[in-house]
Amino acid sequence: MKRTDRILLLLTVISGASILAAALGAFLLAPNAAGLTPDETAAQRIIYFHVPAAWLSMLAFGVTTIGSIAYLITSKRFWDSLAVSSAEIGIAFTLAAMASGSLWAKPAWNTWWTWDPRLTTYTIMFLLYVAYFMLRSALDDPARRARFAAVYGIFAFLSVPITFMSIRWWRTIHPILLDSKNFGLSRGMLPVFFLGLIAFTGFYFILLAYRTRLERTRERVDALKEQLGY
Amino acid sequence: MNFWRAVGAIVWKDIRAELRTKDIFSSMFVFALLSVIVFNFAFELRVPAMKMVVPGIVWIAISFAGTLGLNRAFVIEQDKGSLAGLLLAPVDRSAIYFGKMIGNLLFMLVVEIILLPLVMIFYNLSLLTPAHLLALFLGTYGFAAVGTVFSAIAVNTRAREVMLPILLFPVLLPVLIAGVKLTGALLDGEALSTLGNWLQIIIVYDIGFTVVAYLTFSYVMEE
Repeated sequence: MKRTDRILLLLTVISGASILAAALGAFLLAPNAAGLTPDETAAQRIIYFHVPAAWLSMLAFGVTTIGSIAYLITSKRFWDSLAVSSAEIGIAFTLAAMASGSLWAKPAWNTWWTWDPRLTTYTIMFLLYVAYFMLRSALDDPARRARFAAVYGIFAFLSVPITFMSIRWWRTIHPILLDSKNFGLSRGMLPVFFLGLIAFTGFYFILLAYRTRLERTRERVDALKEQLGY
Repeated sequence: MNFWRAVGAIVWKDIRAELRTKDIFSSMFVFALLSVIVFNFAFELRVPAMKMVVPGIVWIAISFAGTLGLNRAFVIEQDKGSLAGLLLAPVDRSAIYFGKMIGNLLFMLVVEIILLPLVMIFYNLSLLTPAHLLALFLGTYGFAAVGTVFSAIAVNTRAREVMLPILLFPVLLPVLIAGVKLTGALLDGEALSTLGNWLQIIIVYDIGFTVVAYLTFSYVMEE
């Protein structure tokens, strides 16, 4: 086992433990939200998963953009691997945020889905990265695929700020957690909330490390196959 | 050759080619008209007043027709091998971008100018006001700004024509939403000055698209 592998393994164990702690904290330690019906009180606990997932989807797409820009500047394949890996994880977190939000929306808004600005723009963002993968799969030459995907990745990221800002610009029924004056959580909830945020963020970076390594290995295998005329 | 002379030459080349064949224009216009008619039938019996859905119809017709025209823009260049010639020309790659983009924009605007009076007649509405035209122009500009880059990308993929709308629509949705809102609000008799934030969104996106396209187009054209 190489030294980097050992470090990665250690970090994986730490990340797993922190995710477990965050989940236990969310279910057992966090106080109930005040003034809600029993259903809503239970559903309100998605906030400890929903917010980190939503935040990570945007972080992941941000990393894809950075990887895309870096690829165009340097033409180093590593950046393309990083971009595609992060986009894939971003899609997974997007789905997690949508699914958990939907579970909360049923008791809170009395519907699984509504075309609210925040939900609409989030769906657009999801579709952008679905298109990103469709573009990749329609290109055979690896260098061209990386270049085109990088260009599309940069365009796609133009939608991320509008998603984040959509609840502030337009009237929406989606709750706003962070605004300039106060923070929408009670004191007892905060430690658990931030533990979840940190644990999930760590989890993202672990996933990214594994996924990027996998992508690099796949590229090596492809290159070797080509050399052997396989 | 200076930058804008090169841009002008490319635009003029596209206009002249189009004047000879009228391929892009005729297919775009007929398709736009057909989509208006199809939507008319699709909505007619379910919507209390057609006026309510006209903004959507207009923008969808423009988007569909625009996609059709954008697809042709680089397919023609590639099929006849003229893209290689264009790339060999001693001009900046971004001049090619602006040339093709302005050409696409002009074709779309011409289609819109002919389509709008027909929509006005069909639905008994007034759409040829400066405010409407401004909203249409800004939306169309965004369409051409992104569409030209994506058209150059799509033409190199395996799926070609199929790829363009898949790439284009999600990126353009903010502009489309703002465009539909603007046209709708103007039809409802609101003044343009009260619609500042929708205009802002379109303008911000138009600028953002142009900047990103300008910076990335040379990577798309790299062979």
